[in-house]
Amino acid sequence: MRDLSMHVLDIAQNSIKAGASLVTVAFTADESRLLTFSVRDDGCGMTPDFLARVTDPFTTTRTTRKVGLGIPMLKQSAEMAGGTFGIESEVGKGTFIHASFDLNNIDCIPMGDICDSLMTLIVLNPETPDFVFRATAPGKEALFDTRQVREALGGVGLAEPEVVAWIKESIDEEFKPILEVS
Amino acid sequence: MKSLAELEAIRQRTLEKVAMRKEGDDAVRVVVGMATCGIAAGARPVMLKFLEEIQKRNLQNVTVSQTGCIGMCRLEPMLDVIMPGKEKVTYVRVNPDMVPRIVAEHIVNGRPVQEYTIGAAEGE
Repeated sequence: MRDLSMHVLDIAQNSIKAGASLVTVAFTADESRLLTFSVRDDGCGMTPDFLARVTDPFTTTRTTRKVGLGIPMLKQSAEMAGGTFGIESEVGKGTFIHASFDLNNIDCIPMGDICDSLMTLIVLNPETPDFVFRATAPGKEALFDTRQVREALGGVGLAEPEVVAWIKESIDEEFKPILEVS
Repeated sequence: MKSLAELEAIRQRTLEKVAMRKEGDDAVRVVVGMATCGIAAGARPVMLKFLEEIQKRNLQNVTVSQTGCIGMCRLEPMLDVIMPGKEKVTYVRVNPDMVPRIVAEHIVNGRPVQEYTIGAAEGE
């Protein structure tokens, strides 16, 4: 993965495959330029056995896989630049995955266009799940919630071209100022 | 979030458009591979370029959706164009610069861009 935005798109896809109805993608940046990225879902979750092996790229098989190289690569991207990685999961409850990136570290991958990834997630999954996107930095906060958009649209789909354009503008406006400086 | 009030106007306009849209069988589907391999190879900018071209040309009958990995990761980004009554066409190693031609020649005019297809790539 060339940048963090691709990990964001990839990791959130796991939640969709897990049958989640709500996926929360969050970014938190602090004063020391440590960026924490997390995805929380209420999907099918993983057994303790599968969870223990999930960061190993060679334990998954084509027919049973829910993840592939995505999780090991996120772990690698975070840890090779002094960041951390963690994952918690429970069958029937869902999964919480988080990784931190020290943006001052010379080996840290670029951020990429995270807004494009967030918008892509909605556009390619217009019916289900719902997404909550959150970003916080010192003194700043951004929020996007598809449940509110859905309610305001009353039956009009999220994949309608004009709606897509609004979602893109809305996400760019809210999240770019936070994610670009951090 | 941006003002939700704007959505009300969008809702009204879209409802009119949806009502005018022809039903079912002329729908064209663009299916982009969005597994780890596709994303790493650059599927996202390709997908966004499709949305841009569809919007630019105001194509009402085209939907863009995603699929997982079909096992030919070395040919990613891959996508299928599925038109009613015609055989599915698979494009491989697609980059955003190729998208306007696929939209103009294939989706609008019905002639697949042979040199971008999996058949051309596998014949190399």
